[in-house]
Amino acid sequence: MSHLDRLREVFRSSLNLPAAADVDGLEYRAIPQWDSLAHMSLIAAMEDEFAVMIDTDEMIDMSSFAKAAALLEKHGIGAAAR
Amino acid sequence: MTVFTLSAAEREAALLPALTALTERHRLACEPYRRILDAIGAAGPYDRVAALPWLPVRLFKTHELRSVPEEQVFRVLTSSGTTGQRPSRIYLDREAAAAQPRMLAATLRAVLGERRMPMLIVDSRSVVRDPALSARGAGVLGMMNFGRDHTFALDEQGELDAEAVKGFLARHGAEPYLIFGFTYMAWLHLRELGMDLSQGVLVHSGGWKKLAEQSVDNPEYRRRLGEECGLRRIHNFYGMVEQIGTVFLEGPDGGGLYCPDFADVVIRDPDTWQEAPPGVPGLIEVVSTLPTSYPGHVLLTEDLGVVHGVDDGVWPGKRFSVLGRLPRAEARGCSDTYRQAAA
Repeated sequence: MSHLDRLREVFRSSLNLPAAADVDGLEYRAIPQWDSLAHMSLIAAMEDEFAVMIDTDEMIDMSSFAKAAALLEKHGIGAAAR
Repeated sequence: MTVFTLSAAEREAALLPALTALTERHRLACEPYRRILDAIGAAGPYDRVAALPWLPVRLFKTHELRSVPEEQVFRVLTSSGTTGQRPSRIYLDREAAAAQPRMLAATLRAVLGERRMPMLIVDSRSVVRDPALSARGAGVLGMMNFGRDHTFALDEQGELDAEAVKGFLARHGAEPYLIFGFTYMAWLHLRELGMDLSQGVLVHSGGWKKLAEQSVDNPEYRRRLGEECGLRRIHNFYGMVEQIGTVFLEGPDGGGLYCPDFADVVIRDPDTWQEAPPGVPGLIEVVSTLPTSYPGHVLLTEDLGVVHGVDDGVWPGKRFSVLGRLPRAEARGCSDTYRQAAA
């Protein structure tokens, strides 16, 4: 599975979304499931899945799926999977 | 990068134009605010931060004070409010909502660093689960950004969960970790725990009323938690929902609360409204450049405080303490004029 597919899975399970849910356009607080508590579960799940440590500022700035993907890239995850 | 860099003079030079611009921005965009300024005859130019017109903080309970159109409101925050009072309502647009956790993070970085430390929370998990989040829950949730492996020290009944804490210390006790709790709860439960917390960084906030009843002041608080739990890094902070994102943070030496570069305090004599000199207690006015979507940039609180010194502590600027609430009757008098003007 590509890292983006893994990230999509992390989003769906952390935010309690259906298996087929399209998450690529998601933004923080744009849906009720992605509230601040879910944001913390999401960050923790990303850290577990990709074995990265996410800083406070990165966590605060991760306000969309696209930004989450960019954050993984910054931590060398996207590059490794290519 | 730290936000505790500006001396009193540099801060004044930076804040005066920024706060003056905010005053004009809110005057144009917020009709009730404009009426208040008109009624008290406030008009620029202002020659210093202490000359800017202030709003009594309780006006946010009685008036809808926002400077953005309704459709641009992204979040509405509410305060707990004391019994029988309506809560404050604070209107944030997308920009203000994004700025506040960032600036809070920049402030706390001075004592926590960039990394999210393992975090022990002196509260019950249920406070953050409540869908209509209490002010207490919102406070805990806001702080959880700074931690990882969030562990709650109290069970759902609010009793100490010693097993959970033991487990946390077994996992993380050898490295620095964050402890967050409300001032009185941290005092009560951390001492009850009777465990070695010497690697912990305690960040706490909230009222001192119950502690004052037991004659516990801040030096005593620090001393006893140091003696009984081994805590050496303790940081109180002072902040309010009406100026969300801005907190005044106790320095490493416990020598008072310090202002981040984008904020300041003015202590006012409650009889003359003039600025009180260091050492003389008065009402605390808090100023901050963060409130861009509502006129909360210059607020007169109902808390009494005192400035201990200026540019003489571990960080530059004023260092001050909060002494407690102003008795209710006195507070009413001072905001009557404002309430009539805004009505």
